[in-house]
Amino acid sequence: MEDKILELKNVVYSFHTYGGEVKAVRDVSFEVRRGEILGIVGESGCGKSVTAQCILRLNPEPPGFFGGGEILFDGKDILKMSNKEMRKLRGGDIGFVFQDPMTSLNPTMRVGNQIEEVFLGRGVDKKFVKERSLEIMKQVGINDAEKRYRQYPHELSGGMKQRVMIAIALVSKPSLIICDEPTTSLDVTIEAQILDLLLELRAKMGTSIIIITHDLGVIARLCDRVVVMYGGKVVEKGLVDDIFYDTAHPYTRGLMSSIARLDTKKDEKLSPIEGTPPDLFAPPVGCPFAARCEFAMDVCKEYPPETYQVGEEHETSCWLQHAYAPETVMRKKNAVVLEKGEAKND
Amino acid sequence: MLKYIAKRVVAAILTLWALVTIVFFLVRLLPGEPFTSAKLTAEVAANMNAYYGFDKPLWQQYLTYMGNLLQGNFGYSMKYTNKTVNYIIGQTFPYSANLGIRALVFAVSFGLVLGIIAARKRGTKIDFFCVIVAIVGTSVPDFIMGAVLQYFFGIKWGLLPIAKYEGFEYTILPSVALGFYTLASVSRIMRSSMLEVTSQDYIKTARSKGLSEMRITCKHQIRNAIMPVMTMMGPTVASVLTGTFVIESIFVIPGMGKYYVDSITNSDYSMVLGMTVFYGFFLVLCNLIVDILYGVADPRVRIGKR
Repeated sequence: MEDKILELKNVVYSFHTYGGEVKAVRDVSFEVRRGEILGIVGESGCGKSVTAQCILRLNPEPPGFFGGGEILFDGKDILKMSNKEMRKLRGGDIGFVFQDPMTSLNPTMRVGNQIEEVFLGRGVDKKFVKERSLEIMKQVGINDAEKRYRQYPHELSGGMKQRVMIAIALVSKPSLIICDEPTTSLDVTIEAQILDLLLELRAKMGTSIIIITHDLGVIARLCDRVVVMYGGKVVEKGLVDDIFYDTAHPYTRGLMSSIARLDTKKDEKLSPIEGTPPDLFAPPVGCPFAARCEFAMDVCKEYPPETYQVGEEHETSCWLQHAYAPETVMRKKNAVVLEKGEAKND
Repeated sequence: MLKYIAKRVVAAILTLWALVTIVFFLVRLLPGEPFTSAKLTAEVAANMNAYYGFDKPLWQQYLTYMGNLLQGNFGYSMKYTNKTVNYIIGQTFPYSANLGIRALVFAVSFGLVLGIIAARKRGTKIDFFCVIVAIVGTSVPDFIMGAVLQYFFGIKWGLLPIAKYEGFEYTILPSVALGFYTLASVSRIMRSSMLEVTSQDYIKTARSKGLSEMRITCKHQIRNAIMPVMTMMGPTVASVLTGTFVIESIFVIPGMGKYYVDSITNSDYSMVLGMTVFYGFFLVLCNLIVDILYGVADPRVRIGKR
């Protein structure tokens, strides 16, 4: 069996707007392996949600459109699939859990019907549909499933609604679940429950999970591997430990130091990353992070950084790993160039 | 739910009472009196006034009127001698209502379909066509619409009769003319409401479930998008059903509209009051029905439990 369940290769995705073309996803590549939990982190507007929705082609088209790349699911290119194949994939092999459970359920439809709907056209005998739905509801920890089944979304709490959303994603026992900030709008105790639920599902069913978040706590708790995105690009990816203990990109480093910690001294200030994210109408030609980077060099502003392998599973796109770059804390000893940049030719 | 309805009914009764009272005193402020024809001598006019009780103090007249009203009696018309207002409404309302229902069925069904298609095919020729219909429908006054329909369908192509009210084919042109404005507004509201719903998160959820576009539209969009149309329907139904002066005049339909307008120019106090109360009653009733239907369509509006 193929080790990778999903592979994104150089995906480019943009939106046509009145102000011009917004390049939301610029040349993003990563893979998801069977049974792993992959985290995608990055600040708001860095393209992580758009990337996730690209996988199921859920971005509104128009105005959105693919500018290139491949998304291979089980070796088949999703971008070349017909609408019919797409529909089979959505809610079939890939489940999607959205960010805000408050608005992601249809307010005028009973919860049960919203779960049942997914069975439509998937060759499940009608007699078993309700039974199966109730089973899934219990599985995601909805007590009193019979009663909840007949209720409307507004009669459920936020956590319950997110459980319903997860139930919907789980209906056809997908091999991949994409969770787009599944706990952002929930309070912390509910968040913990939902995260435990995801871990449990992975353990029981071997489902691969992509979890999108800007909360590094969620990443640390859940994920096997992490993709860090900035300005529509992947800036660093690696195992959780690589990212947390062997940070190789200044942006990731900035993220780490802006976490509030219990052991921070009283008079110590949180250090946010100064500046604002790049304007994606006219993305910078060089490294997207150059304008905010404390280590920025001249080359960073003019040429997109090369990608370096800095550990077995660890990659970063940053000029600081270049042999001619000055010695900084970011420097890794064994950096190997994966993708050569143009600046090399100068 | 019952308590909710009871509350609404009480509010409706109070509204009606206020309406009757205000109109009762307002008509007295109208210039002119019911019996001012040049042919009437002062003596005859005085007799008439006494007959109708206009010689009594206003408050006494008001109490008498309210007393009669509570028994469902609108009194005698002052213009059409020996005919009660109830009788006139009874004679004319069925025509207006009949025409109104046809117009509504036409307007709402076509309006909704047009709005839904326009939203689904946003930016295409069909959408453009719907926008044109909406603009024409809302901006062309009904008397021009009526006349144009008569000219083309009745006179030029000889397809349909242009006046009177004697069978199904007679009802087509007036229904279309009367319903066109409603059709246009329904389609416009439905279109924008559908577009708003389309960008909601739960539509994305529905899509992520792998449902067909057809099912997403029918099951997820329409029910959520129809609320604003329902809000609009209350007053629309009332006004379309109780007849319109213009359409009824153009197509020579013996409906209520003509009597309503005439009663004011004639200072026919009891007719003005009777028709206003009748219309008001209808309006309040339609709004009440819409409120209740709202609860049926949107579970969040339902008050209390079962």
